[in-house]
Amino acid sequence: MIDTKYFLKGFKSIKGVGSPAIALGASFVAIGALLKNLGFTIQESIFSTFLTYALPGSLVMAESMLIGASLINIFIAVWLVNARLYPMTVALMPLLMHENQPRWKYYLSCHFIAVSSWLIMKDNYENIEKENRIDFWIGIGTATWSVAIFSTVIGYVASDFLNKDILIGLAIINPIYFICMMIGAMKSLQISLSVILGTILGPAFYFLSPEWCILFGGFVAGTIAFVLGEKNDN
Amino acid sequence: MTTNIIIVILVTSLATYLSRFLGVVSAEKIKETSKMFRWFNCLAYSTLAALIARIVIFPSGSLSEIDYLIRFVVVVLSVGVFYLTKKNLVYPTLFSAIILSVFSSYL
Repeated sequence: MIDTKYFLKGFKSIKGVGSPAIALGASFVAIGALLKNLGFTIQESIFSTFLTYALPGSLVMAESMLIGASLINIFIAVWLVNARLYPMTVALMPLLMHENQPRWKYYLSCHFIAVSSWLIMKDNYENIEKENRIDFWIGIGTATWSVAIFSTVIGYVASDFLNKDILIGLAIINPIYFICMMIGAMKSLQISLSVILGTILGPAFYFLSPEWCILFGGFVAGTIAFVLGEKNDN
Repeated sequence: MTTNIIIVILVTSLATYLSRFLGVVSAEKIKETSKMFRWFNCLAYSTLAALIARIVIFPSGSLSEIDYLIRFVVVVLSVGVFYLTKKNLVYPTLFSAIILSVFSSYL
């Protein structure tokens, strides 16, 4: 069903110099502590990371609960902040699709799409034959997802020891990891332009709308990068 | 309250899975060699960059207590470490946490 060789190869991506484990762990430790302070039980905290596995979504959920937002408002706020997962999925799945593989693998494993697993897959897919990529991907996804769940538990249990200075230190790790990964990914003109323009336009659109700035800024930046990149190729 | 939390978690995860699910549905019809795919690839990278820039420039959690200039210096220094260590990802991330803690304690 799932080729163990490729699954394990993907799973091992959490080891070594490119490992996302520290960055991922740091941010989910912070989430675990945050959920405990919100009044979640340990089971509920595990359940939350298990089912959502997308950091900004969990943060928005926590913020919304603090201000007592309605379920509809929570749904919309989370959907908005996690809508980036849509272009990410469309930009990943065609690389993994193969006619010999069953469809359920794609619909189930899309749950593993999060920034770190996505960036690792984008960095490594060319080394794997197309037919085996989905099993490799399921390995990456299972590994990063396990780290996230495990770290949530640690954060929950250790929350009393996590003072403000430690939480600040934990909060910077994830953005730094992503920034370095993105710089490493800037191998073509289109991707480099996308990253640079997104970095500028995302915060610029914040002044127009804090809720929509990521999607608007990302959409405008990505479209400009695409058009300029295509023109340059012709 | 307990059932409430479970429902909130379910709503959050549904709102998150929706984008992933629709992404797979759309991906079924998009070839990796098509223009459409390249456009979505740009959108994915630019949206990620926008998200990360937003987190660093307009943070919501504990990072917001750190001065803008300090955040900027930490990012620049960490990217420097990333290049100095031949694109190792472990050193710059650990470095960033340590240097930020030092800055926030002594500045």
